[in-house]
Amino acid sequence: MKPLLKRYAGAAAAALAFAAFVLLFPAWRGKALDSMVFQTKTMLLVIPPIFILLGLLDAWVPREKMIRYMGEGSGLKGRVLAFLLGSFAAGPLYGAFPFAAVLMKKGAAFSNILIFIGAWSTTKIPMLLFEMAALGKRFALSRLAVDIVGIAVIAWAIELALPRKEVDRLYAEAEKTE
Amino acid sequence: MDTLFLYVLAAAGLALSLFKDRAKTRMALKKAWKAFEGILPQFLAVLFLVAAALAVLDTATISRYLGKGSGFLGILGASFVGAITLIPGFVAFPAAAALLKGGAGATQIAAFVSSLMMVGVVTLPMEMKFFGRQAALLRNALAWLFSIAAAFFVGWAVSL
Repeated sequence: MKPLLKRYAGAAAAALAFAAFVLLFPAWRGKALDSMVFQTKTMLLVIPPIFILLGLLDAWVPREKMIRYMGEGSGLKGRVLAFLLGSFAAGPLYGAFPFAAVLMKKGAAFSNILIFIGAWSTTKIPMLLFEMAALGKRFALSRLAVDIVGIAVIAWAIELALPRKEVDRLYAEAEKTE
Repeated sequence: MDTLFLYVLAAAGLALSLFKDRAKTRMALKKAWKAFEGILPQFLAVLFLVAAALAVLDTATISRYLGKGSGFLGILGASFVGAITLIPGFVAFPAAAALLKGGAGATQIAAFVSSLMMVGVVTLPMEMKFFGRQAALLRNALAWLFSIAAAFFVGWAVSL
């Protein structure tokens, strides 16, 4: 593990930049601080259950099972599972990344990870109901339909474009996290 | 509402795990904490970026980009704003609905909503940590292009 100071250097730089922003632009000061409080609240609210679920998944689901259900060669079943897993999730997209890392570590195929991320980002079921109520059925359902296609296309394109070496490196990296 | 669902799920899982195996549950919580601590620096960086971005790009500013007859530039602007901001759906949907009622085009709104959900410029530092620079940039670029294509489809479907 890298030394604490080095790990938090980026966060410290962002904090300094934010402080400078607030000091230099008084017009945006109030809104910036308000949204800071709001975002912090959202994160504090959303983070505990996501990480508990991720820990439980890590501790209880054996690697062989994950490979069987979502690994290379899990076929359509793996894709559908990845899609459902992402769709039933809740919370902002940044919650999906650590979760995806655990799936990778357990041996889920990269294409399924990409589908999972895509589904988490845009086809969440509670959000869909909300979208239908706010923007209309036609709007929400046509967006859902095209999004399902988009998720598949994007996953396929990334899989195709990313060199095997880079994928292997990402898996090795995920492996390292305990 | 969806956060409540998450809590119920996590609590049920935790209870079941505790009932089945105490040591394993402790291990799960330890792993959860380690995963959280591992990403905390990126979390904090994102927090500051988002707060600043949302101060500049509030709903009033956004509505200016999505106005009536803003055409393709409006679609482009909408997808751009959506890509940069990070607004939870329960805030964004009512705002989008109000804009729609106020005369914004469905295509522009769809571009905004789609890129808002699929593209995350401010969360890129986190995404890169797990997926590497290459995959993260590629995903966001593709998702951004897609959000524009999706907007045309939704705009067409709504006009039917």
